[in-house]
Amino acid sequence: MAEHLLEVKNLKVSFRTEDGVVKAVDGVSFTVDQGEVLGIVGESGSGKSVTMMSVMRLINDPNMRVEGEVLYKGRDIMQLDESRMREVRGSEMAMIFQDPMTSLNPVYRVGDQIVEAVVTHQTLDKKQARARAVDLLKQVGIPHAESRVDDFPHQFSGGMRQRAMIAMALANNPDILIADEPTTALDVTIQAQLIELIDNLKDDFGSAVVLITHDLGVVAEIADTIGVMYAGRVVEFGEKRQIFYDPQHPYTWGLLGSIPRLDRPKLDRLHSIKGMPPSLINPPQGCKFRPRCPHAFERCMEEPELASHVDDRDHLDRCWIDVDTKRAIRTKTIHGETAAA
Amino acid sequence: MSTNGAPLLEIENVKKYFPIRKGLLGREVARVHAVDDVSFSVRDGETLGLVGESGCGKSTLGRTILRLLEPTAGDIRFDGRSIAKLGRRQLRPLRREMQMVFQDPYASLNPRKRVGAIIGAPLQIHNVGDGKEQKKRVRELLEIVGLSPEHYNRFPHEFSGGQRQRIGVARALALRPKLIVADEPVSALDVSIQSQMLNLLDDLQTEFHLTYVFIAHDLGVVRHVSDRIAVMYLGKLVELAPGEELYAHPIMPYTEALLSAVPIPDPDLSDQRERIVLQGDVPSPIHPPSGCRFHPRCRYMTDICKQVEPPLVEYVPGHLAACHHPLNVDGAALARAEAQAKQLVQAGVSAAPEPHK
Repeated sequence: MAEHLLEVKNLKVSFRTEDGVVKAVDGVSFTVDQGEVLGIVGESGSGKSVTMMSVMRLINDPNMRVEGEVLYKGRDIMQLDESRMREVRGSEMAMIFQDPMTSLNPVYRVGDQIVEAVVTHQTLDKKQARARAVDLLKQVGIPHAESRVDDFPHQFSGGMRQRAMIAMALANNPDILIADEPTTALDVTIQAQLIELIDNLKDDFGSAVVLITHDLGVVAEIADTIGVMYAGRVVEFGEKRQIFYDPQHPYTWGLLGSIPRLDRPKLDRLHSIKGMPPSLINPPQGCKFRPRCPHAFERCMEEPELASHVDDRDHLDRCWIDVDTKRAIRTKTIHGETAAA
Repeated sequence: MSTNGAPLLEIENVKKYFPIRKGLLGREVARVHAVDDVSFSVRDGETLGLVGESGCGKSTLGRTILRLLEPTAGDIRFDGRSIAKLGRRQLRPLRREMQMVFQDPYASLNPRKRVGAIIGAPLQIHNVGDGKEQKKRVRELLEIVGLSPEHYNRFPHEFSGGQRQRIGVARALALRPKLIVADEPVSALDVSIQSQMLNLLDDLQTEFHLTYVFIAHDLGVVRHVSDRIAVMYLGKLVELAPGEELYAHPIMPYTEALLSAVPIPDPDLSDQRERIVLQGDVPSPIHPPSGCRFHPRCRYMTDICKQVEPPLVEYVPGHLAACHHPLNVDGAALARAEAQAKQLVQAGVSAAPEPHK
């Protein structure tokens, strides 16, 4: 079997709190290959950010407990000591965050912050590093990069700050770029610019991208594979077309049906998933989606494994309902009442 | 959604400028043109969607409509009565009829007050009923918005984002208003909760005959809730049309670009369609571009766009736009619009008064 660029095996992350143990991530496994874009979709609290933060080993909390393996090019980075991990972080795997307003340091010039990222991992003199920073800013589409490099973050707009963050993340040509909701805080027009940018970067640099988002529209545009997360688990995993055209998990149907869509006739009523996401301290017994699932039956009291139920072996889901039944009942949820008739 | 046609809210040439002061004496050195000469009306029982990028002035306009901000110029008529110049005391009874739902359910509820006190505050301020009646009304409101009357004594932190937003809606409903200005009421919520909230707002509109001004940046959401949609760009109203019409035949290139930027959750459609990626950011509203404010980012831009500001004219009945190079219009619509534009230029105004009254 060919080695994956990144392979996460049975990752579990829990936090001890006053109220009990929060199982934020509970047995997540996935792989990412060279040049691939993996979209991780889920609602707030589904564990998507914690998963990727743990992969980068960015959470440093005495009450946290991490189990599982994270293989990067075949080597388990969970076992690396902190100084070796620092070498991996930034140069081999880089991350950009949701909020471009808070992830840049307001008292340093944008250029200096990029230079810092450059010289941490590369031996360049000041002048070369600065030239590299200007270069990077140009690549991410900052106009007049030669002069803007000396600006402070507050002189940049939100979209430009996110571009600067991407420039910083790309400073050392990482193999994997992890983007945590990179477009959520931005307007659609700016979001479109950034989607185009990330898409081009993938082609120009050959990096793999892990895109964390709650927006199915964004993953439809740029992801190759998609993992849908719910309550700390991956409930469905597959190629983009499988997820959109043959979704197997009722939660995925619910997500697809909840979005008011511009490409379809206006519905009288939106589908909505009843109830709220479960507590991760006392998760429901069996399938975690059971309390909100309109199709739940007795067997759902036992939690299904993430396994393939369809012809395509790479398309995995956690649901007991048999495939033919699912294909028959899901239309109403996904397309709304009118389309089902 | 039923609309009986009579305008509940009319705004005419409303401007809101924020002065920028500098120096010891606080001299005004410049102005932020947040809302610049906007006119439209909202019919009784209808939902008007207000869309645009951040900084286009949609929230400022929403607040100005409710007189939470003082308009710099222009007139606002509510139920036929001009409220732009009313004093605090005169305005007070009218406040009952106009309420607001805010974007951030975490910031808009006082964390030290119990839910009952939060929802009951408008009743207390306006002296509606005695303590017992108020309490009863609050419990009723909790039920209306899908919470339980037992939540009366809880604090906001005990609720999730979606539930908090319901509390915000209950508070807005307390005085049985006619008009609700909802400023991004669902943008802080997850998709599954967002759809619950949109359905709730829809039900409430039918049940209590509400009129909404729905401010949002998500065009999918706006299309779902709105009867008519107004598009703003840099303080100007650039297009106004019935919802479906706007999505099917956008006239203003900005609207076209905005629509094409919305990601579609369908991989095949998403691959097929042409995306217009606007370059650059929204310019500064302190020194807005000359002529058409959209010209620096517009792909159809010609010289006239830099020099002359296009008036807002009606192309198809009910569909207004301000553009020198309108899209999706036929000859008849164009001729009609041009005649109207000529009249307006002669009269020396940049925005047409809104038709269909």
